[in-house]
Amino acid sequence: MTDLVLAIETSCDETAAAVVDGRRILSSIVASQAELHSVYGGVVPEVAARHHLTTVNAVVDEALREAGVSLNDIARIAVTRRPGLIGALLVGVATAKALAYATGKDLVMVDHLHGHIAAVWLEPLALDAPFVALTASGGHTRIDLVEDYAAPQLLGQTLDDAAGEAIDKGARLLGIPYPGGPGLEQLAREGDSSAFDFPVGLRGRGPGLDFSYAGVKTALLYVVRDLGEEGTAARRADLAASYQEAIVRPLADRLLRAAEIHGMPAISIGGGVAANGRLRQLVEEGASARGLRVAIPDRSLCTDNAAMIGAAAAFTPAIPWPHYVGEDAIATAPPGGIAA
Amino acid sequence: MAEITTHTAEQTEAIGAGIASLLVAGDIVLLRGDLGAGKTTLVRGAARALGVEGPITSPTFTIANAYVGRIPVAHLDAWRLSDPDDEEIGLALEAIGDDGVAFIEWPDSIAAGLPEPRVSVDIGHGGGDARLLRLTGRDRGTDQSLGELVDHLRA
Repeated sequence: MTDLVLAIETSCDETAAAVVDGRRILSSIVASQAELHSVYGGVVPEVAARHHLTTVNAVVDEALREAGVSLNDIARIAVTRRPGLIGALLVGVATAKALAYATGKDLVMVDHLHGHIAAVWLEPLALDAPFVALTASGGHTRIDLVEDYAAPQLLGQTLDDAAGEAIDKGARLLGIPYPGGPGLEQLAREGDSSAFDFPVGLRGRGPGLDFSYAGVKTALLYVVRDLGEEGTAARRADLAASYQEAIVRPLADRLLRAAEIHGMPAISIGGGVAANGRLRQLVEEGASARGLRVAIPDRSLCTDNAAMIGAAAAFTPAIPWPHYVGEDAIATAPPGGIAA
Repeated sequence: MAEITTHTAEQTEAIGAGIASLLVAGDIVLLRGDLGAGKTTLVRGAARALGVEGPITSPTFTIANAYVGRIPVAHLDAWRLSDPDDEEIGLALEAIGDDGVAFIEWPDSIAAGLPEPRVSVDIGHGGGDARLLRLTGRDRGTDQSLGELVDHLRA
C-alpha cells in the first residue's frame, strides 16, 4: 500500500519537486538559482519568479521520472503556500492547483516553515515527536516545541535579523560573494574564533529563548571600519571565525536550553543555516553531552527542498478536489508563525 | 528638515514613534542609511506606536513584512531589488492600499516608481552608538511637525 505525494516548492531561490511515499523519499529534485542571483548579490524576486516559471514543469517531470512513477500513481499533490516571495510562491501554487485539478486529486497547501521542521520525520532520520526544533534560514530564526508534528508551538524567535541574514550581511562586509554562508564557513576554518569578541545575541538579557542579530552585524561593521581595508584583509579568517561563532553558538545554546526547560528527549535542526558545519558540530556535541537524541538532516534536506513539503503534507489537512481553485499563495507568515 | 543625534536604540525607536504620530493612511516613509544604521530599529518604534505587537524583524530576505496594528503597517526592503517595476514592492503597497502606511528601506533602486513619501529619513553612523538622523517632510507643515518632534525629544 503506498501513499504517494508529489510536492512542489518555489518560495524563494530553489525550484523543487519531490515524490515521497510516507517517510520514504523516492525523488527530490532541486534546481537552484543561487548562481543566477550571485550576479545581483541576492535574490531578485522578478528574476526568481520568471525562472521558476520556465523550470517548474521540467523539475516536476524529473521528480516523477526519478521516482519511477507517473502522475496517475500520485495520491495527493502538496505545495508551499506561505511564507515567501509572492511572485515565486504563485508559480508553485498555480502549477500544483492545475496539476491537481486536471487529475482530480486533493491538494495540500503547506507552510514552508512546517516543512523545515518536518524534514526530520523522513527516513533515514525518522525522528518521532516529541522534540524541540531549531529552524534557521535567511528569513527566519525560531525554536519550536514539537509534541505533535501537526502543531509545532513557537518557543522563541529572532527579534530583529534572521541568523542567515546576519551571515549573509557579515559575509558581504568581508567581501565574500553571495550566497555568503558557505564562503564564510570556509574562511572561518582557517581563523581563530576567539580572536574578536562580538556580542552574542541577547547576552545577559535573561534566560529567554529569543534571538537578536542586529547588534553583532553592527559590531562587525565597526571592527571592519576601525581595521581599515588592509587591516581587515589581514584578519579576514579570524573575523569570519569569530563572527560565525557569535551567530551559531546562540542557536545551539538556546536549542539545548529549550530541550532542558521542556524536558524533551530529542532535538533537531533545519533551514539553510543548519547546513553550517560549526553549528552541526556544536549541536552534535551538546546533544551528546546531555544524552539527547539529535536529528541533523543531510545538507540537501536543510536548504530549501520539496521532500520536506511532502513530509509536512502528512500533517496538514488536504483540501478536497476541486475546493482549492480559489485558494491563493500568501507572502506572510500567520501570527505565531506556522499555519498547519 | 530636522536633525537629531540619538545615542541608544530606544531613542531611535522614539523618533520612529514620533514620525508614526504624523502619518495618515496611505502615507509612505523612506529610510536610507548604511548596514546597521538603525533603519529597522526606527520602524520598530513606529510600528509599536501604531499598535503592532510581537517582533518587528528585518525584511531583507522576505522583502515585505506586513503587520496589523490600529491600521495595516507594511515594512519593505528594496535592498535586493534593482527593477523599479518589481512586483514584490508593488504587490505589498497594493495590499496596504489607502488603508495603511508603508516604511521602505533602501528605496533608491525603486524610488522612481513610488508615490511621494510623507517623510524621508537618512541615518548616519556618528561614532560609537551615536546616530545622526535627518528627517525631511513632504511639505512645510510636515517639516514644522518634525521640527517640533525633534525639539520635544531633545528637551
